[in-house]
Amino acid sequence: MSLSISHKEKSILYMSGVSKSFDGFKAINNLSLLIEPGELRAIIGPNGAGKTTMMDLITGKLRPDVGDIFFNQDVDLTQYSEAEIANMGIGRKFQKPTVVETLTVFENMELALAGKRRVRDALFFKSTSAGLQRIDEVFTTIGLGDKRNLLAGALAHGEKQRLEIGMLLAQDPDLLLVDEPAAGMTDDETEKLSVLLKSVAGEHSVVVVEHDMEFIRALDTRVTVLHEGSVLAEGTLEQVQNNERVIEVYLGR
Amino acid sequence: MTTTKPVLLKLLEDPASRRFLAVLTALALIVPCLNLLVPEGSVFHVSTYTLTLLGKYLCYALLALSVDLIWGYCGILSLGHGAFFALGGYAMGMYLMRQIGERGVYGDPILPDFMVFLNWQELPWFWLGFDQFWFAMVMVILAPGILAFVFGWLAFRSRVTGVYLSIITQALTFALMLAFFRNEMGFGGNNGLTDFKDLLGFDLQSDATRNSLFFISALALGLAYLLCQWLTRSKFGRVLVAVRDAESRTRFMGYRVEYYKLFVFVVSAVLAGIAGALYVPQVGIINPGEFSPINSIEIIVWVAIGGRGTLYGAVIGAFIVNYAKTYFTAAFPDLWLFLLGGLFVVSTLYLPKGIIGLSRRLVPALSGTGKQAVKEAGQ
Repeated sequence: MSLSISHKEKSILYMSGVSKSFDGFKAINNLSLLIEPGELRAIIGPNGAGKTTMMDLITGKLRPDVGDIFFNQDVDLTQYSEAEIANMGIGRKFQKPTVVETLTVFENMELALAGKRRVRDALFFKSTSAGLQRIDEVFTTIGLGDKRNLLAGALAHGEKQRLEIGMLLAQDPDLLLVDEPAAGMTDDETEKLSVLLKSVAGEHSVVVVEHDMEFIRALDTRVTVLHEGSVLAEGTLEQVQNNERVIEVYLGR
Repeated sequence: MTTTKPVLLKLLEDPASRRFLAVLTALALIVPCLNLLVPEGSVFHVSTYTLTLLGKYLCYALLALSVDLIWGYCGILSLGHGAFFALGGYAMGMYLMRQIGERGVYGDPILPDFMVFLNWQELPWFWLGFDQFWFAMVMVILAPGILAFVFGWLAFRSRVTGVYLSIITQALTFALMLAFFRNEMGFGGNNGLTDFKDLLGFDLQSDATRNSLFFISALALGLAYLLCQWLTRSKFGRVLVAVRDAESRTRFMGYRVEYYKLFVFVVSAVLAGIAGALYVPQVGIINPGEFSPINSIEIIVWVAIGGRGTLYGAVIGAFIVNYAKTYFTAAFPDLWLFLLGGLFVVSTLYLPKGIIGLSRRLVPALSGTGKQAVKEAGQ
């Protein structure tokens, strides 16, 4: 399944005919996907469906064997490094919460805060009131404001998840790629997170990879099912859940 | 956080830094006084031998500081930092060689003795300019700096990290050692450069010169400490820590990790080169042995035993281990290498944060800023 050029016109992310294999194993197989600006998209799929590999391809950690990946219609992401892609406005949250554990919560936030990333900017960095205000705003959104001076390594698992999402927000990307954000969170936290992601969408585009069906239901948005490296089905959660091929993949075999 | 205080004052806010600099200043002032002013018979007299020994330790301490900057804060475990130290030392040695002039054994006004001995007719091109002190000083900075830049550019851009990086740094210093051992290289072969007479016209054997070199070494260490302190306390330092503990996270935040590594690696190499340049006139010789891999590994032991990621820990480690080395190689020469190996094993197993970590556990009040205590040396 290949997307036509006309679709590319109004996309923030456009993947067409992308394949990537490791030692003969096709982790991504002729994958095509289109995310519209401001969209919130949930991606589900069984283990090994290629979700994380897809994230790696978009963020420049891996290069596709074949296929196109375009950001904002005309930026060919396969030509850039992770840092360059991050600076273009694509933020990523890892599956395993990854924060700098030996820095404080605030310092983590400050590192992530949108701004210049050159060596000399870091050497002569002075915190600005606008920056501090922005960090406060993010703390209001994710909580953790009372823990800003704790080392990030001292946070609980769910708190690290929230901090990482907060760092993503501070980075202020156009496209957020969020890998299994609900893992290890309490029901209450999961609930808050779905509200948060929904509120972020619109202004930003958000792609959420998730296993947790309750969480997907709470997101109440368009769902893409990945299977063996390509798109198996796409639609609302109800449509997808009633799709026979999806049922076969999830329950059968 | 948003103070407008001068940078220097801000660096001195940290009590541990203040203590460290106070001790260093006292050392820099008192030892020369005890050497020059106290008569030789007195118990308080510091012999010129001890003064030179301490001067040597100061150079080692500066070298240890340079390694702690990259290893303790950015996780770059260089097992070849002795190479940068030796290059700085050779640049200084070449200047000192040219100063000998006609006083050499063969009395050639231009050619150093070893070149006359090898029947060379004229000075190789890379020895030109080393009769000028300023030129030699520029080379003390450029030679290690450029090597570190080229090496770091290739290694960090290709994302060579961890043990692979350590191995190629080791290979680098080993290759340089083999090259410098060759007479055809033009650096005196395995004898190296020695028989120095004077530096800027001051006799290297005189007490006044030795005291000055001691004082300058202490000053260099103090300034380098402040520089490292500034680097590691700025946002730059926090990016380094982020690279050390979560490299890919740092990339996905948009930081060009390779540039940060390259910058700090070059700064570190230059500091190591300066240490080498101060070391050579005090010990009176530089030879290819300084490039030997074991030397570079010893630096790691100093830093590990002192406590990495604290800067002053590296200095303390350099002093303690080298004092132990001076003592044991004289008293029990056969035991020293076993002891060194044992120290490393013990510090790795029982003192992961070195002596500094131990003293913080025993005397919590000493820990300075509490945050710093936890920040040091994550993996």
